[in-house]
Amino acid sequence: MKDQELINLINITKDYVIGDVVTKVLKGIYLKVKRGEFIAITGRSGSGKSTLMNLIGLLDTPTNGSYILEEADVLKFKEDELSDLRNRKIGFVFQSFNLLPRSTVLENVILPGIYAGVDKKTREEKGRNLLLKLDLLEQESKRPNRLSGGQQQRVAIARALMNNPDLILADEPTGNLDIKSGQDVMRLLKKLNREGKTIILITHERDIAKHAKRVIELIDGKIS
Amino acid sequence: MDLNELLKLSWRALLANKLRSFLTTLGIVIGVFAIILLVSIASGLQTYITNQIQGFGSNLIFIIPGRLGGARTPGGVMVNKLLIQDSQNLSVKLKNVADIAPVIQQITTAKYQNKDDEETSILGTTANYTKTVKNAVVEHGRYFSQSQELSGAKVAVIGQTVKNNLFELEEPVGKRFFIGNNIYTVIGVLKKRGAIFGIDQDNTVIIPLSSAKRQFGVNQVNAIYISANNESQIPFIKDQISSVLLKRLTKDEFTIQTAESSLEIVTNVTNILSLALGGIAAISLLVGGIGVANIMLVSVTERTREIGLRKALGARRADILKQFLLEAVILSLTGGVIGIMLGITGSLILARLLVSQVTIWSVFIAFGFSVIVGVVFGMAPAIRASKLSPIEALRYE
Ligand SMILES: Nc1ncnc2c1ncn2[C@@H]1O[C@H](COP(=O)(O)OP(=O)(O)OP(=O)(O)O)[C@@H](O)[C@H]1O
Ligand SMILES: [Mg+2]
Repeated sequence: MKDQELINLINITKDYVIGDVVTKVLKGIYLKVKRGEFIAITGRSGSGKSTLMNLIGLLDTPTNGSYILEEADVLKFKEDELSDLRNRKIGFVFQSFNLLPRSTVLENVILPGIYAGVDKKTREEKGRNLLLKLDLLEQESKRPNRLSGGQQQRVAIARALMNNPDLILADEPTGNLDIKSGQDVMRLLKKLNREGKTIILITHERDIAKHAKRVIELIDGKIS
Repeated sequence: MDLNELLKLSWRALLANKLRSFLTTLGIVIGVFAIILLVSIASGLQTYITNQIQGFGSNLIFIIPGRLGGARTPGGVMVNKLLIQDSQNLSVKLKNVADIAPVIQQITTAKYQNKDDEETSILGTTANYTKTVKNAVVEHGRYFSQSQELSGAKVAVIGQTVKNNLFELEEPVGKRFFIGNNIYTVIGVLKKRGAIFGIDQDNTVIIPLSSAKRQFGVNQVNAIYISANNESQIPFIKDQISSVLLKRLTKDEFTIQTAESSLEIVTNVTNILSLALGGIAAISLLVGGIGVANIMLVSVTERTREIGLRKALGARRADILKQFLLEAVILSLTGGVIGIMLGITGSLILARLLVSQVTIWSVFIAFGFSVIVGVVFGMAPAIRASKLSPIEALRYE
């Protein structure tokens, strides 16, 4: 189980077309990720890290290539099936937190539970447990903008964990945080990895990347 | 996603832009208000006129000279060829099935001491007029007898308006007054009849037919009222009337009307009025609906990132669609309910001044329309929201 393959990207390419201009961002990516891995993806700005992350997260589709997620050929999936897959299998942590400003901390955390059809009592219990684990329980009924950046990112991590996904994707999760909060977030991700989550982290800071067990560098649209 | 959660979301989104939501709702409020109020007026009018016509009694048939709604003779003047003689012929023929009252109508001034009642309608008719026309009831004094009628007695039964204008607080019965240059004695007072088509039916003096004939020097009658003893005989009586009158007149020289056929005309007219007024009001509801669509498009654009995030977290197309559709429906439904309440209130107030009557169907239609408007005008923005690609929505600035 531990060594089982979670992700297999085969010759993935991604072109952006704006008018007549074609930008080839990814030029043939091969990547295998096993369950329980902690991978950092680095590379220059504009090298295509976020583009790759969005493909892995099923938010975008590649121009070519194939993507096997847990033995499923996910590129054949329809839009709503992809929504379900994201909902159950993938937790997202964004650089800019992406919390809903009009909802409370707890409501933000349980959002994936709502789309999964979990009943109200169960999902609120689960949400509170997560907040407790991340030391945010006192904040549960506040609006996100009342919280510090570090706290907001921890709320986002709690939300990513709501449906107990196998895979956590974090695109520069420390990018908007001070050093101390950034370190807290990294400690948290490491802890989650120890508990069995597969984590893929994007960063361009060497200090952050060194927390990962494997570091991948994107150069010229390929993995070096 | 359950309904409770959706309702909470929509409500919160609408409250986040209170003024905007209020103004959008206002468009619907005005549309629904207008529908309820205008339809109420048309319907109140219909009920009012119907009651008036039914006041004459459902057994009533009346014959008027000329053709109703038909072309006038060249020169525009209609020559009245309906004579007292025709009424007498009908009396003979219909003796056992109906009461007949011919009416000569003239407008003159009535005078008592120094008081004038101008434009009084003088009806010269027979003793059985009160048997024929159901809402002509003597409330005080009495009606003239057949012998008074035949001898051309100078007696009069007066309406409430005449009583008030000429006699004020005096006891009118027994008083002598002028109609034109002739002196008449008041023998009775009629019960109040109200106005029909804006004509005051109480500004009336009833005198014996022969007195009117002599005073005004006419042989034509302005109407012949016929009251069937039995409602089921009305078609038969109408046929009889036609055959009697056609011996002397052409079919363009008289019209036979019944309470029922008059009601039909009134109903047709007020139905058209209802539709026309309701239609005009519906246009304002349509404009309100466009307002809803407009604001929903703005809302979708503003919340593109939110939509992207929701999709990233697992929202399906239908989840997003429902969220925005419900918001539009809540907007227009709120407007609908407020509009209905205002419409009913307005119509109740109006009922005291004019005629107005809230109809249940207009309330249902207004309610249904406001839901439909929400769905129809919320649909395009909601579909647009549901189709956004998650990554493009998340990247939207
Ligand atoms: N939607 C898009 N349309 C067109 N070009 C795009 C789009 N998204 C990204 N690009 C281009 O693709 C390239 C890679 O972008 P990407 O965001 O993946 O880089 P990145 O490695 O994440 O950079 P950073 O470290 O700055 O976040 C860039 O040149 C960018 O301009
Ligand atoms: Mg990036």
